Amino acid sequence: MKLWKTILAAAALALATGTSAFAARTDLVIGIPLEPPHLDPTAGAAAAIDEVLYANVFEGLTRIGPNGEVLPDLAESWTISDDGKVYTFKLHTGVKFHDGTDFNADDVKFSLDRARADNSVNAQKGLFAAIDKVEVIDPATVKVTLKNPQGSFLYNMGWGDAVIVAPESADTNKEKPIGTGPFKFQSWAKGSSITLVKSDNYWGTPVSLDKAEFRIVPDAAAAVPALLSGDIQAFPFFDPDSVAQVKDDPRFKVVIGATEGETILSINNKKPPFDKLQVRQAISFALDRKAIIDGASAGLGVPIGSHMSPANKAYVDLTGLYPHNVAKAKELLKEAGLENGFKATLKLPPPSYARLGGEIIASELRDVGIDLEIIPVEWAQWLDQVFTKKDYDLTIVSHTEPNDIDIYSRKDYYFNYDNPAFDKIIAELNLTSDEARRMTLLGEAQKILADDAVVGFLYELPKVGVWDAKLQGLWENAPIQANDLTKVKWTD
Amino acid sequence: MTAYLLKRLAIAVATLVLASMVVFAVLEIIPGDPARLMLGMNASADQVELLRNQMGLNAPLAWRYLHWAGGLMSLDFGRSYTYSVPVIDLVRERVVVSLPLALIALALSTLIAIPVGLFSAGRHGRASDTVAMGAAQLGVAVPNFWFALMLIYLFAVWLRLVPAGGFPGWGAGVWPALKSLVLPAIALALPQAAILARVTRSALIEVLNEDYIRTARAKGLPYRAVLWRHALRNAMIPVLTILGLQFAFLLAGTIIIENVFYLPGLGRLVFQAITQRDLIVVESVVMLLVAAVIIVNLLVDLSYAVVDPRLRSRP
Repeated sequence: MKLWKTILAAAALALATGTSAFAARTDLVIGIPLEPPHLDPTAGAAAAIDEVLYANVFEGLTRIGPNGEVLPDLAESWTISDDGKVYTFKLHTGVKFHDGTDFNADDVKFSLDRARADNSVNAQKGLFAAIDKVEVIDPATVKVTLKNPQGSFLYNMGWGDAVIVAPESADTNKEKPIGTGPFKFQSWAKGSSITLVKSDNYWGTPVSLDKAEFRIVPDAAAAVPALLSGDIQAFPFFDPDSVAQVKDDPRFKVVIGATEGETILSINNKKPPFDKLQVRQAISFALDRKAIIDGASAGLGVPIGSHMSPANKAYVDLTGLYPHNVAKAKELLKEAGLENGFKATLKLPPPSYARLGGEIIASELRDVGIDLEIIPVEWAQWLDQVFTKKDYDLTIVSHTEPNDIDIYSRKDYYFNYDNPAFDKIIAELNLTSDEARRMTLLGEAQKILADDAVVGFLYELPKVGVWDAKLQGLWENAPIQANDLTKVKWTD
Repeated sequence: MTAYLLKRLAIAVATLVLASMVVFAVLEIIPGDPARLMLGMNASADQVELLRNQMGLNAPLAWRYLHWAGGLMSLDFGRSYTYSVPVIDLVRERVVVSLPLALIALALSTLIAIPVGLFSAGRHGRASDTVAMGAAQLGVAVPNFWFALMLIYLFAVWLRLVPAGGFPGWGAGVWPALKSLVLPAIALALPQAAILARVTRSALIEVLNEDYIRTARAKGLPYRAVLWRHALRNAMIPVLTILGLQFAFLLAGTIIIENVFYLPGLGRLVFQAITQRDLIVVESVVMLLVAAVIIVNLLVDLSYAVVDPRLRSRP
């Protein structure tokens, strides 16, 4: 009997070592189209920074999950005072930064104070605007007092721009990022790749991958052979036009998800004749969203009728408000005294949704008598002329920040839109934390924007991911700009 | 010869100064603000102003030019706005990719072009000449990014002999690094070889019609000897000129090929710096390239003297 047990144990052991010899691989090469300018999420707006570091290397008090939900991160729990102004965060203990220094409440105070300081160059400084003071109660407790209740405060703290950094390393994070996450930074070969490796002293659930390399592949045509040859195993943001080349290949999974990118035909609301409601409505009627999605995004992408992602639970479907109707558009232009049509310019930034979509939109508007001159511009030019100086008539851009309907209430924003009724709703929304009330307000806000036809609402930018079929755990949707690798693993 | 050299040197310095002014002025004129680009659409105007101050962008134009140009003279190329590291470090990382790639491509192109040129010139007007020149014409006409993709599908996806792109770095070993440069070098070399072959051929044909060639043949020298010893040497001047131009092009003009193979070369550094308005990087790298072109041209001028002794005695 004893002998049998020994044999069984030996067999089990052999099996166990046998399987471990065939263990699933633990390395991953991910293709990204743009290289981050530097590696500090608290000092730049470039999405590519978060797409490498968010959740992998850096963590915040809270974090945003795969479906846009707010999850606890470095804060294991929190309480909110009855007036909604005081947030007390209970922090995880035993957390270390990758350079071996301890994480505690002082780091939280340092990070939040740094981001909201007068000399802060945090690209999303607005996220911290409501904070009045940050106090350290004990090493594991932080009290944040707000100037006014803010419904989105916990969500805001989950942004990449709000991650917790250490005073010792904050100034060198651009080159050598030091965070608390499950991966630590290993190397950056500029122009080529960024490599992360598993952190051994991680406080939470360890990750399955030992090594993750982000390789920069700027050319969409080069992504396909890189995938086919096995050099790169995942492209979380793949070119929609190249999907046809890989979608029937069983070695790969094509995953179409949603982003927070509202792709819109922005209109300069103060510039005649676009200051007339009929003209803007005429444009909305002239747009054939299906044709635009087919032409600009290979048929992928969900039409929108206002500034909200269909994946968001506050979404109200307003796409029926302005169906494609050329006769109606012409009629509205006639009401506006423009029956002979008019000329305008359409400035197009580099992304293909803008350049391809722009040509289709120009031809659709020509059908109702609006003659557009297309002007291609670079990003730097776009930011300078269109966004900052508001020197434009129409432009196409995707607003990729999550939950950003409030941009329409910003003073001096490039839409030049001004509606006190809308501003009132956003002001109330900022102070409301009751979920049901927030949904109602967000619904009303969407309706006003659609009624005013502030811009031409086109479609929600799709997230087209293509990766090895044996790979699991990559995000399907992109509620924020991130490539969260914490749950990624190889099967079999 | 000394006077000749001094004159060339003076011209080179003047070119550098002029180029620095043009580069600086052009980048001032094009619209776009590096600070706004870094902070994106959610940052306030005050914040952008703050970053502009931190980056030193609000200093007077003349001061900034003199500061930069003065730095160049002491070989200080400044710090990148976006990467915040010295520009020279960025350049060094890229040159170890671009320079070997350019040299391999140039060597390949020469090794293909000169024999083809000799072959075609020797069979001037015959069917084999027409075929060779037809192929060269095709090499000039085919876009190199398309040709590059075909190479990738054949050698990387189908045969799996080389990686589809990327550069592992020389630290990963000489062989893996060279392997990743083979396809881009071929893709770069073929169109260059096609041009070079045509130039070699026409230069040779012209020389072959000269009287001294007939004399050489008449005194009984075999055709092959005439071709190699008399004709090729005299046909070298236009060939060397083209080679010089091609090297300058290969060093920085390879952005398309670098994109297709996602190689971290100089071309992509400049391209990225332009889109991000990392002005100091663009300015300094362009100046380095101008210097490289001037040096190559100088070397080409000197090599004329080597192939043609008559030029040595000229002022």
